[in-house]
Amino acid sequence: MLRIDRATYDAIVAHVREDHPDEACGVVAGPEGSDRPERFLPMLNAARSPTFYEFDSGDLLKLYREMDDRDEEPVVIYHSHTATEAHPSRTDISYASEPNAHYVLVSTRHHGNQTGLAGDDVEFRSFRIVDGEVSEEEVEIVESYLFGHSPTTVVYD
Amino acid sequence: MAIEVRIPTILRTHTGGNKTVEGSGATLGALVDDLDSQHPGLKNRLVTEEGKLHRFVNVYVNDEDVRFTGALDTQVKDGDSVTILPAVAGG
Repeated sequence: MLRIDRATYDAIVAHVREDHPDEACGVVAGPEGSDRPERFLPMLNAARSPTFYEFDSGDLLKLYREMDDRDEEPVVIYHSHTATEAHPSRTDISYASEPNAHYVLVSTRHHGNQTGLAGDDVEFRSFRIVDGEVSEEEVEIVESYLFGHSPTTVVYD
Repeated sequence: MAIEVRIPTILRTHTGGNKTVEGSGATLGALVDDLDSQHPGLKNRLVTEEGKLHRFVNVYVNDEDVRFTGALDTQVKDGDSVTILPAVAGG
């Protein structure tokens, strides 16, 4: 299960909407082994494409070096699909190389640039991709990590 | 002195869990061969059957992406630092 706080969830949705009709991508880093996505890091899609995304190679090096210095790992790796469902494509699966990460897919096919409703309308799904095997997982949105995981939780499945 | 190589999580199964390993060679290709002799299977994950770097990995020598410096022919020397990272990309 992916447990993510509301502010980070909203930030991901806002980012993918803003970049529509191009795919948007980014990472939420967290302390190694914690499984807590804490630091929202939107990345530039170097491919600037509606059908492909790629972190710029210089940005990638900087990102991993910074996470390494802070003893962090990519807890969430997110990107958008702009015309298809929020499910990993064959290309996504072939590139997936962080077995510990939650691969978050957001589809912007039903809401264009800065339009649509922020609530249930968002196709926001999370997957594990290990050795080419995809398994979907539940997404739980918590109001904040600062005060624990209760009392206001919303479970999307 | 040797060349220090940083290994990403996905390839640490080949290095006994180690984040960094050391090797030697005059070119990146030779270094990869040396690493493979110490950590069997590593080369397969980095180099295609045609002898080119996989597009799924990014390799940097002292922060320079080797795609721009001659790929596996990139010159390396003792004291250099090599970083291997999985490309983050998809469709």
